Amino acid sequence: MSAALQVNDLAVVYDGYRAVDGVSFAVAPGESFGIVGESGSGKSTILRAVCGLAPVTEGRIAVGAEAGGPRPGSRAFRRKVQMVFQDPYGSLHPRQTVDRILAEPLAIHRVPDAETRITRALDEVGLGTGFRFRFPHQLSGGQRQRIAIARALILEPDILLLDEPTSALDASVQAEVLNLLEELRVRRHLTFVMVSHDLAVVTHMCGRLMVMRNGRSVEILPSQSLIRGDIRSDYTRDLMTASLGFRRRADAPAPG
Amino acid sequence: MSALLTVEDLRIAFPNRDGDPVEAVRGVSFSLGRERLGIVGESGSGKSQTGRAILGLTPPQAIVTARTLAFDGIDLLKAAPAERRALRGARIGMVLQDPKYSLNPVMTVGDQIVEALQAHENVGDREARERALAMLAAVQIDRPARVFGLYPHEVSGGMGQRVMIAMMLIADPDLLIADEPTSALDVTVQLQVLSILDRLVGERGMGLIFISHDLRLVSSFCDRVLVIYAGRVVEEIAAADLGAAQHPYTRGLLACLPRLGEHRHPLPVLSRDPEWAR
Repeated sequence: MSAALQVNDLAVVYDGYRAVDGVSFAVAPGESFGIVGESGSGKSTILRAVCGLAPVTEGRIAVGAEAGGPRPGSRAFRRKVQMVFQDPYGSLHPRQTVDRILAEPLAIHRVPDAETRITRALDEVGLGTGFRFRFPHQLSGGQRQRIAIARALILEPDILLLDEPTSALDASVQAEVLNLLEELRVRRHLTFVMVSHDLAVVTHMCGRLMVMRNGRSVEILPSQSLIRGDIRSDYTRDLMTASLGFRRRADAPAPG
Repeated sequence: MSALLTVEDLRIAFPNRDGDPVEAVRGVSFSLGRERLGIVGESGSGKSQTGRAILGLTPPQAIVTARTLAFDGIDLLKAAPAERRALRGARIGMVLQDPKYSLNPVMTVGDQIVEALQAHENVGDREARERALAMLAAVQIDRPARVFGLYPHEVSGGMGQRVMIAMMLIADPDLLIADEPTSALDVTVQLQVLSILDRLVGERGMGLIFISHDLRLVSSFCDRVLVIYAGRVVEEIAAADLGAAQHPYTRGLLACLPRLGEHRHPLPVLSRDPEWAR
């Protein structure tokens, strides 16, 4: 089976600093792939490199069948690969209405029929047309993130890059957004690449995941192995222990 | 155990655009001994405003009322500003969410700790420096002398938060209010900071109010948890009994979190009952 997204030996270098260093992975069509790691591990930089927001210093990123897919950064590529950012307060233009926010990608890609597409996109993310002429400040955090998802989906991409899509949201709203994303993935046969620092969220959403540390991939493993504790690297084990919550004294990890 | 802090029917109202008061906190009551109390709620629930009102950091346009707001026998609402200022820092400390914003960016970490100490105690420069270094060591900073001379932008998030804790604890307060102290930190660093906080609070016999949106974290850290919704306490429960929580909001909050090793698709979502906010 050919991969929906193939990343080979990717390196992103800023002024000699290797933010991402020799990372390779492949995501099958319709798969949901997770990337976990601490801040500064390079997990978001990988997504940004894939969608052209970070410079690819070395390596190769390919989308779609074989080498015939669109070149990264090209318009055709962006039509296939869209991204949802972490902070819905920062990623929507504060002076534009929802309608204009959603119309923009359609205008860039010269997609006809904006009217019906916008209505449909709003319905799909569960907001309805009543929200169409509101400004971002008139929406709650969860509603804004739904708009950001609608904006990404309005071009009908194959791959959705999700950069901590729920970490700025309250727990109850997080559950709603995660459910929406899962439902959309099944309905639209989307491929997800999801970055998060929350192991529970990633194992809930993704079948396989990659653990990152200091710009390098520590290991790639199925979520099920992680849950069973079938882990090769000590670092993954530390992350796993940490995500189980605080425990008093003896078994707390030694501070570094 | 005599109560260190008594809060009865605390209400905080902010004027809206038309000048009408809107209550953000609507009748919160609790008392605190030398124990760890967690206050959990979602954004806008009034949890942070409750903490700030105890310190007297409520914005000036807000109206704070309470039947009782007493710290160690002192009526906080009747206390003169100077008296409240004397309590702040010396007897009630506060650790905020993000060390990036709560440390002074143009002063070295060490000087800030020394300043905090000298503001509350009459201590000479040399002794203050020594105590600051000892405090940095107590929050498990490896080379205190080096970190002492660093500026906030030169330290990591976890180290910054340890510096904040050092600064708050150097005056040896009786009560520490920690408002989302670890939310800006990575999970592994979170645990280090929590275990340091846990040890120091335990050793010094302080009271702790731990404000957070993370119900599971709070329940693993605190003795008792107040769950707050729309400015009201909907449930007060011993952390160990959280599994037996009665209120549908508490149960909903616990259920909607994805858990490692559990298959629940879709996740249960919280259906909010307008009755809860009554």
